Amino acid sequence: MRELAYYEAKFEALEEIMSADERVHLINGTFLSLSPHRHVFQNLQKKFSERMFAPPISELGFCGLATGAAMAGLRPIVDLSTGSFIYEAWPQVANEAANAYSMSGGQTRVPVVFHLFHGLRGGGAAQHSGSPQAMLWNVPGLEIAIPSSPRDVKGLLKTAVASDNPTIFVDHTRLLDIRGEVPDNDQAIPFGVADIKRSGSDVTLIATSYTVQVGLQAAGKLAKEGIEVEVVDPRTLVPFDLATILSSVEKTHRVVIGDETHQSCGVAAEIAARIAESGFDKLKTRIRRVSTLDVPVPYSPGLEAHIGPSESRIMDAVRAALA
Amino acid sequence: MLPNLPRENLLELCRRMFTIRHFEENLVLLHDKGVFGGHYHLYVGQEATGVPALSCLRADDYLFTTHRNHGHLLARGVEPKRLFAEILGRVDGLNKGKGGSFHSVAPSLGFLHSSGVVAGIIPLSTGTAYAAKAQKNGRLTVCLFGDGSLEEGAAPEAFNIASLLKLPLLFLCENNGKYGAGRAVAAAQSSSMAAYPLTELPKAYKIPAQQIDGMDAGLVHATISEAVGKIRRGEGPQFVEAQTVRFPGSETNWPTVPKPTNTALAWDVSDVPEKAREWYHSCDPLLIYIRELVEANRANRDEIAAIESQVKSEIAAAVDFATNSPYPKPEEAERDFFA
Repeated sequence: MRELAYYEAKFEALEEIMSADERVHLINGTFLSLSPHRHVFQNLQKKFSERMFAPPISELGFCGLATGAAMAGLRPIVDLSTGSFIYEAWPQVANEAANAYSMSGGQTRVPVVFHLFHGLRGGGAAQHSGSPQAMLWNVPGLEIAIPSSPRDVKGLLKTAVASDNPTIFVDHTRLLDIRGEVPDNDQAIPFGVADIKRSGSDVTLIATSYTVQVGLQAAGKLAKEGIEVEVVDPRTLVPFDLATILSSVEKTHRVVIGDETHQSCGVAAEIAARIAESGFDKLKTRIRRVSTLDVPVPYSPGLEAHIGPSESRIMDAVRAALA
Repeated sequence: MLPNLPRENLLELCRRMFTIRHFEENLVLLHDKGVFGGHYHLYVGQEATGVPALSCLRADDYLFTTHRNHGHLLARGVEPKRLFAEILGRVDGLNKGKGGSFHSVAPSLGFLHSSGVVAGIIPLSTGTAYAAKAQKNGRLTVCLFGDGSLEEGAAPEAFNIASLLKLPLLFLCENNGKYGAGRAVAAAQSSSMAAYPLTELPKAYKIPAQQIDGMDAGLVHATISEAVGKIRRGEGPQFVEAQTVRFPGSETNWPTVPKPTNTALAWDVSDVPEKAREWYHSCDPLLIYIRELVEANRANRDEIAAIESQVKSEIAAAVDFATNSPYPKPEEAERDFFA
């Protein structure tokens, strides 16, 4: 099997998607944020420039354009780049795109993808480090995909574009250079199917996005202490695969959740609530959340590292779950 | 003036204006009887804008409208019974009762989405226009909104994009004048909009913009025909502000009907309560249109009364249909929010 960098797998997906379907248009951005791999975007641009639109700095305007274009049969993928910028487009994403299908009594489909880079990226400070997926999970009508590996970004992006629903595609700049196996004939990965990224019998660590990678590092170190962590990646928040998580909990009876959204009403909070509601009898100890602390993200490197779901915080939480 | 159209078309425009008027007058009655509870907004007073304007479009064009959508949907030919049923929250509604007055749609007539956020549709309209341009299908988009929409930031963002891309898009701003619900009493637009006249805003983005009398059906028809022609020839977006005098029944938060309309009112308003009399006498676009038809010898009073009578029966049957349509089963609330 081939090994690719995450950004290569992502752009392989974009190229395959655009070659296969003329309805796909790219609106705004390079899908790379500040990453140095601009050549992959330029290659795409050479091939599909007529289906790319570099709009003014008008997130509300161009997210509305993409939503309207989706209503008319295109399949636009919008790059909001920095995740916090989706706040500028909130009325179009949360109040128009998300509601259109239901409000029309199931008549108007909105196959648009809103792509963004969330989270702690190193010096992003408070306005460029947002993780809006928790707020968006509170908006019925949006699907949310959140990959953590080269294979997943490719497979999930294909499903996102094929979906007839508005989809939030939550990416992370710290994943772009991660390397991993990607099958040659990789197919779309269906939404709502969690992936066990590492098997273990002692503690279930549910993690999303870049925190999956952090969690795998932590699990590797804990294995040397004789602690076997099972790392479960939901891969999509909407739809959510609770069954795979519950069967892991059935085995380990202990849960730690690692995620970069802020703790209050965050992704970990919702996952913890679902496990408590449906799998409380399987637990031998309380659920532990390792989320971003409830403060605006500070700039200085040490401060930023302190508030995130770090390897050491995850390891501490796992040890505490076994104590 | 009357639109420059054959008599048959002029009478069809008359029929559609009557349909909107009697639809909404009956809607107020249904609300006052407690048949439905949600909020709603009337199009009464703007019939001479929407009806002739929408008659200039192709069957496959896209339209976006707002919370004040009844007139647009009916002008385009939506069945009154399905619109009533939607506003009453019934299964036979246009949206199966999921949308209500603010969000009624009719995709087969080009209405994909109606937003209750005043400027919500303005960016969306750039999207269908963008798609039509990409697909080279010649379809035009008409974005129908009120003067208040221009106060939201979505409007200038969308104007900028529409102008840069030369999109096939008509912005039709219906300025229904002073005394709007929820607005400062007697406030003119200049008190809430520094860019005044309103056409200054699209003009700043190099979108050709003009103000017209929205109570003049002939002027509306001529202006919109010309604007649509320019857009179809690839000249990019156009902006038209049609001005009307606000219907006195829409001055309050909950609409009222000062006087049910009938053909005879066009020549005698002595029965109208004094407070609303001036509006019916000189600002009611439907009554103006009827007088013009008669004065120009394109129809006599009896012919117009016959059209009105036919519309009234149709509306009565539509009310009957809607009030007899069942409510959706409660569990329908959990369906149809993902495709």
